[in-house]
Amino acid sequence: MSTAVLGSAEATTHGHGHDDAHHDLPWFRKYLFSTDHKVIAKQFLVSSLFFLFIGGAFALFIRWQIAYPGKPVPVIGSIMPDTWVTEAGSGVITPEFYAQLLTMHGTIMIFFVIIPFAVGMFGNFCIPLMIGTDDMAMPRLNMWSFWLVPPAGMIMMSAFFVEGGYAAAGWTSYPPLSAVIQSPTFTLSGQTLWLISLFLVGFSSIMGAVNYVTTVLNKRAKGMKLFDMPLTVWALFITAVIITLGTPVLAAAFAMLFMDNFLHTSFFLPDHLVTSSKYFGGGQPVLWQHLFWFYSHPAVYIMILPLMGIASDVLATFSRKPIYGYKAMVFAIAGIAFLGFIVWGHHMFQSGMNPLLGTTFMLSTIVIAVPSSIKVFNWLGTLWRGNIKFSTAMLNALAFVSMFIIGGLSGVFMASAPVDIYIHDTYFIVAHIHYVLFGGSLFGIFAGIYYWYPKMFGKMLNESWGRKHFYWTFITFNLTFFPMHVLGVAGHMRRIYDPNVYDFLKGLGGINEFITIAAIALGFSQLILVFNVLWSLKWGKKAPRNPWRANTLEWAAPAHPGHGNFDRDITVYRGPYEFSVEGRDLDYWPQWEPGKSISVHHHTVAVSDASEESSSVSNH
Amino acid sequence: MSAALNLSHEPITKIANGKLGMWAFLGSELMFFSGFFGAFIVLRNSNYEVFANGSSHLNVWLALINTFFLIGSSLTMALCIHAAEKNDRSKQQLFLGLTLLGALGFLVIKTIEYSDKWAHGYFPSQENHTLFYSFYFMMTGFHALHVIGGIIPMLFMWFRGYSKKGYPYPVKLEVLGLYWHFVDLMWIFIFPALYLMIPYHGAGGHH
Repeated sequence: MSTAVLGSAEATTHGHGHDDAHHDLPWFRKYLFSTDHKVIAKQFLVSSLFFLFIGGAFALFIRWQIAYPGKPVPVIGSIMPDTWVTEAGSGVITPEFYAQLLTMHGTIMIFFVIIPFAVGMFGNFCIPLMIGTDDMAMPRLNMWSFWLVPPAGMIMMSAFFVEGGYAAAGWTSYPPLSAVIQSPTFTLSGQTLWLISLFLVGFSSIMGAVNYVTTVLNKRAKGMKLFDMPLTVWALFITAVIITLGTPVLAAAFAMLFMDNFLHTSFFLPDHLVTSSKYFGGGQPVLWQHLFWFYSHPAVYIMILPLMGIASDVLATFSRKPIYGYKAMVFAIAGIAFLGFIVWGHHMFQSGMNPLLGTTFMLSTIVIAVPSSIKVFNWLGTLWRGNIKFSTAMLNALAFVSMFIIGGLSGVFMASAPVDIYIHDTYFIVAHIHYVLFGGSLFGIFAGIYYWYPKMFGKMLNESWGRKHFYWTFITFNLTFFPMHVLGVAGHMRRIYDPNVYDFLKGLGGINEFITIAAIALGFSQLILVFNVLWSLKWGKKAPRNPWRANTLEWAAPAHPGHGNFDRDITVYRGPYEFSVEGRDLDYWPQWEPGKSISVHHHTVAVSDASEESSSVSNH
Repeated sequence: MSAALNLSHEPITKIANGKLGMWAFLGSELMFFSGFFGAFIVLRNSNYEVFANGSSHLNVWLALINTFFLIGSSLTMALCIHAAEKNDRSKQQLFLGLTLLGALGFLVIKTIEYSDKWAHGYFPSQENHTLFYSFYFMMTGFHALHVIGGIIPMLFMWFRGYSKKGYPYPVKLEVLGLYWHFVDLMWIFIFPALYLMIPYHGAGGHH
């Protein structure tokens, strides 16, 4: 069997590749300021995991306040009694701090967790390995794209110590709320720090994206055409294009909002706004919404497309079948990316928009369901009659698909302007965003972590702990977020501090408590992942070169590749999804293995050429 | 890494990595300034008089001189790349030096303009500041930052050019040149938008 062959090849190269070029570097160039894309990916993994727990803790404090308004909040209440974050004497979160927690939860999860995970970590790790090259096109630029993130994170978190605390205008930071500040000019407030921090993160994203685009176009292995690339690489490539074109528009909006805050200009402040300080007026708050959503709607695809690619690879590998409709998948990704740029107005049905324009945005939004459905049906087609192996990566990928279906369907509800006017700014929206961002993106990220951990660290992640993590997360996730649909339809507003002041929400207290208990369980379930990642690093089984018997090029590299990635020449002979090819003994056919095949009724059939096949692996 | 591996090959697109990356980055830059221009169009249409009043106080002649500085420096940049490709060191240094002069000259005139605006109280949070000047300082300010961002590598390459080895990297000069032409191009949009598009008929409200 080929696994045995691969295993023996592994033994001769002794796990580590040829990292001699890396040996003469001082330790801080190896582990901190490394230009090796795999090290940078690990750095993104660490920083994203760190912020995942910060953002998650913030979410739990929010949940506590909604479920138990008026009860002292655990941890914060005891650490910081009688400060501005808690009410004097009671240990209850203040409304101001509650708004800040909401803002920071959204901001951290989107800009410091999901995007760095999806684009920073997987983009860095997967692209060079999967296209069979030694590193990114511009490795030093790549290093800087990571090293803008920690200072940005510190600036974001440091807002706790300035007067007034964190930014509190929501992650969308709509003016006038985000622009009317009482602090004098040239002072740093939570809002200005928020803007500076995200400007840096945006710059980091753009630097990464420029690099990905160049790498994919210029550095593919010999013989690899664009349509020989795995869907993960396709998705990351198209995501990089979105980042390149979308993020700078947000940066421009940030510059304007920064000036409104820092210099008291009025890009987003209308005439006749009654405030304590002097404003010139003439600006338009809705202008911010247009600029913001011009980026931030494509941004939701930045957060889901890479994971769609990863799910495609995982599903094909563990179904032992070619991905169903490979080219359709590529065009669907490109279609979603394109449509993503012309639908931003659907966030603004309630902001005062010409109904005709609203209808246009509604239609373009609903059309996104078409490429999304193509993807979903192709995933189902891939699974259909496959030889499915329920590994942890596969379980998470399946959760990704199924949760994405739920999140996608609730998305169609709010795409429709009349329905959106009813559910706008309710917990229905919160349920939707968490079904796509947690149920979609985060399960996709987990799938990717379980799938590539062996290549990343040279050790297998523990499957038993992995399963525990998956089932706990999957169940508590649904218990947390599904009831939010009900809350939303019942009219529960999205950002309120205390539901008990509204008579019509009083009957929903039970659901809120239920959600909070489930959310706490969900939060603590993530400790299993961290435990597993750390435990397997030390005690995990040593990974073979190609543990999943997959086809893509990263599995041609040594089990724990060093600087330079590969210890053999890479020439690509076929597409990435040639599983269960007729006429072959093995149920997979790596891209780098020579061999002839013909296409019969859209099925690849191997033409026997035994001499080539046996020489393919062992000779290297 | 052993040299025998075939992983590091010529760029597939035949465009050097740095150049392709710069093109992608310029796409990004274009969208960055598009955000400003989009906001400019929207707010200009709803504040015609403020914009008419504001732009009539700008000094078109200084800006025109600056325009020629930038266009001229774009030309010398191209000539510098040409000289570098021909391996003509003295001409490379001469034209890069002229490009630097154009860039610095631009900044000097911008400083004169800014200090005049400061004296008349047009800066943000000064008494004569209006929405038009918010746009003026933001757009020209970010543009000036881009000019400075060009000057820094130019200085580096210019001084390296006088070392023993010289600076024999025409592709790197070309990448910088791409960026420099973009900075020039942005000014070609900013100049008419702020200085020339004075809504003369707007004094009594537009019709």
